[in-house]
Amino acid sequence: MYSSIITASQQHPCHLIDVLQQIQNRDGYLSNEAMLEVAELLDISSASVWGVATFYNQFRFTPPARKQVKVCMGTACHLAGGQLVLEAMARELKVEVGGTSEDREFSLERVACIGCCALAPVVTIENKVYSKMTPPGVEEALVEVKSESEMEGL
Amino acid sequence: MKHSRIRVLSPKKRGAPYSDKITHILVGTATCGRAAGSMAVLEAFSGEIEGLKDKARVWEVGCMGLCSQEPLVTIIKPGDFSVCYHHVTPQMVPQLVEGYVRGDDPCLDLALGTLAGGNGDGVYIPELDLFKYQSRVLLRNCGYISPLQIDHYFACGGYRGLAKALKLKPTQIIRQIEKSGLRGLGGAGYSAAAKWAACAKAGGSTKYVICNADEGDPGAFMDRVLLESDPHSVLEGMIIAGYAVGAKKGYIYIREEYPLAIERIKIALKQARAKGLLGRRILDSDFNFTIEIVRGAGAFVSGEETAMIAAIEGGRSWPEHRPPYPAQAGLRGRPTLVNNVKTLAYVSIILQRGWRPFHDIGTGGSPGTALFALAGKLENTGLAEVPMGTSLRALVYDIGGGIKRGRQFKAVQIGGPLGGCITEDLLDTQIDFDSLRKAGAIMGSGGVIVMDEDNCVVDTAKYFVDFSRQESCGKCTFCRIGTYHMHSILEEITRGEGSIESIEALGVLAEDVRAGSLCGLGRMSPNPVLTTLRYFREEYEAHVLDQRCPARVCKELTAYYILPEKCYRGCDHCVLACPAEAVFSDEQGIKVVDQLKCTKCGSCELVCPPEYNAVIRLSPVSLVPADRRTRPDTKEPKA
Repeated sequence: MYSSIITASQQHPCHLIDVLQQIQNRDGYLSNEAMLEVAELLDISSASVWGVATFYNQFRFTPPARKQVKVCMGTACHLAGGQLVLEAMARELKVEVGGTSEDREFSLERVACIGCCALAPVVTIENKVYSKMTPPGVEEALVEVKSESEMEGL
Repeated sequence: MKHSRIRVLSPKKRGAPYSDKITHILVGTATCGRAAGSMAVLEAFSGEIEGLKDKARVWEVGCMGLCSQEPLVTIIKPGDFSVCYHHVTPQMVPQLVEGYVRGDDPCLDLALGTLAGGNGDGVYIPELDLFKYQSRVLLRNCGYISPLQIDHYFACGGYRGLAKALKLKPTQIIRQIEKSGLRGLGGAGYSAAAKWAACAKAGGSTKYVICNADEGDPGAFMDRVLLESDPHSVLEGMIIAGYAVGAKKGYIYIREEYPLAIERIKIALKQARAKGLLGRRILDSDFNFTIEIVRGAGAFVSGEETAMIAAIEGGRSWPEHRPPYPAQAGLRGRPTLVNNVKTLAYVSIILQRGWRPFHDIGTGGSPGTALFALAGKLENTGLAEVPMGTSLRALVYDIGGGIKRGRQFKAVQIGGPLGGCITEDLLDTQIDFDSLRKAGAIMGSGGVIVMDEDNCVVDTAKYFVDFSRQESCGKCTFCRIGTYHMHSILEEITRGEGSIESIEALGVLAEDVRAGSLCGLGRMSPNPVLTTLRYFREEYEAHVLDQRCPARVCKELTAYYILPEKCYRGCDHCVLACPAEAVFSDEQGIKVVDQLKCTKCGSCELVCPPEYNAVIRLSPVSLVPADRRTRPDTKEPKA
């Protein structure tokens, strides 16, 4: 099933990261089956694939939620109170940091610097940037996002 | 200090990217502009000038580094002033088009200033004082030319450095780089010429050039701005480097978190190939060179050159022992030149305009300019490019505009998680590789974070150590376990549970991690702790001895308290905002925070109307009067 992603020229262990990135781009995550198949196609051990995949921050091993909430924890955001925003987000979404809500609607991640230091603290929900966030601002943003989801559901 | 403006770098007049026949509208659409809403502005302009096709044109440009003014739009009008507008919204677009595109009204109420320079000289806004202290060499085209147009780069002198280089012998190029005194701008400041010479001398027919664009410091973004605003200047430097060291293949390693930079480099590569600047027989010489993008999968340690090589080879990003240096045996065991984005961008300008103008800027030991990302509690945040030798004070006060809201300066952290913090009395330290190192900080990533009295240095040290702990690759025991324990001790201290012994232990551990690690990440990760221990020891001691956080940041040591004399009884803002239902009214209707329930999220302080300003933070928590700690019907919490 993944042989279509991996071209003949990529069937070498040096393309492992590239191949994993392509799979994650398509599927949204790396499943165990995918990693086993990659190991076979590139002729390396499944432990090596797992070792590389878990080394890097980019890869995830569970299906992503429909809406991804990312709270920036870069230095500027940290100094401007990013931790309080992250905690407020976890509380409001009832999701642990790094987790996904039960209905798979939201996932909450902390990310390192998305490069909008002048707008700190920032949160991104899907790809929309919410700047100069505060704990009360989190509530407002989520009301907006949730009403949008309900509209889409109709 | 030798100080000169970018103008000296341009002896001859070059072409201009923008024709003087029509009006040009430049919209900054780098990541920072987009975050502030510039894509909607771009769309609005495109719609608004629909009927003016032969009179005006909209261009996407990069970023001038004025992050706090985004979205930024410049209108270049033939025969008239070029005007910069800030905080532009789609609603302002009709007024701007009617005013300055169709008419002659420059809409000064919306303007930030005029745009000067350009055509290869550094662009700047003369009305803003913060440009007076800068020398825009690397940033000369940023926010001015369109990164999507190779012709714009040509018009500003682009690829002329490559054309010159191909007529020289590789040794002559290295000699020029040596004369310029260029030092690696990735952080360590190693002589660029020495690295190049070692790689050129190394045997073998297969060699590689790697451009290090894995900007991992969570507070630095100058490499991203360069790649998004002036991608060809980096590519030109890479091709010249390839020719000088005898490589035929280059890799540009960009972090996956920079999707726009990747996209713009991809476009630039395609254009360069189409113009015969990449590929076989470049500019009709015998030199062949190709460049491939490698997307980094997110690991701070990949910024270390041997770790980056391991990542390109498809494995875990683990650093290796040096020597052998990558210049001797790097990627796939072949000689490999690894240079940072800024270093390579400098190579193009040195070859375009000669080594002397570059050498004339800055100090004897560190020529050229330094590029910083200013963030934190400053009035003006964004990018600044200053001549080496400028004082930190000028960077913080003259360019950064001083501390926001008139608060008190506390410290400045330079060089990101591996850098150190510098206090008020060291602000006259001049910026160059050697002086900063002496003061305990590093040039490093170029991230400059300014802290004011509301930031806790222990908490900040904990933040950086936590970052290094998570990013430690795990190869060296001292880094892997040492950073873990440093973090737990800092946790203890910020909870008020530490003791003087824990502060001592922290210092010892920090020295051990520095001594026992292989790569820069491990060796320098104790820097934030060592410098804060050196300059702010009393703040550490306040945490453990008095249970007090002087900046009132550390949660366990801080309480929210509502001043009864300031509280306006009729207002319910804090009660409604509190997510923990911790705020209640006493019998007189004055609000009280129940310390047992309070989660210290700060919502009450934020929503309390400024005319009352009744919510304050107290540290230690024992300062809260005993009769206002909790509801009368609940038991008094044990102190």
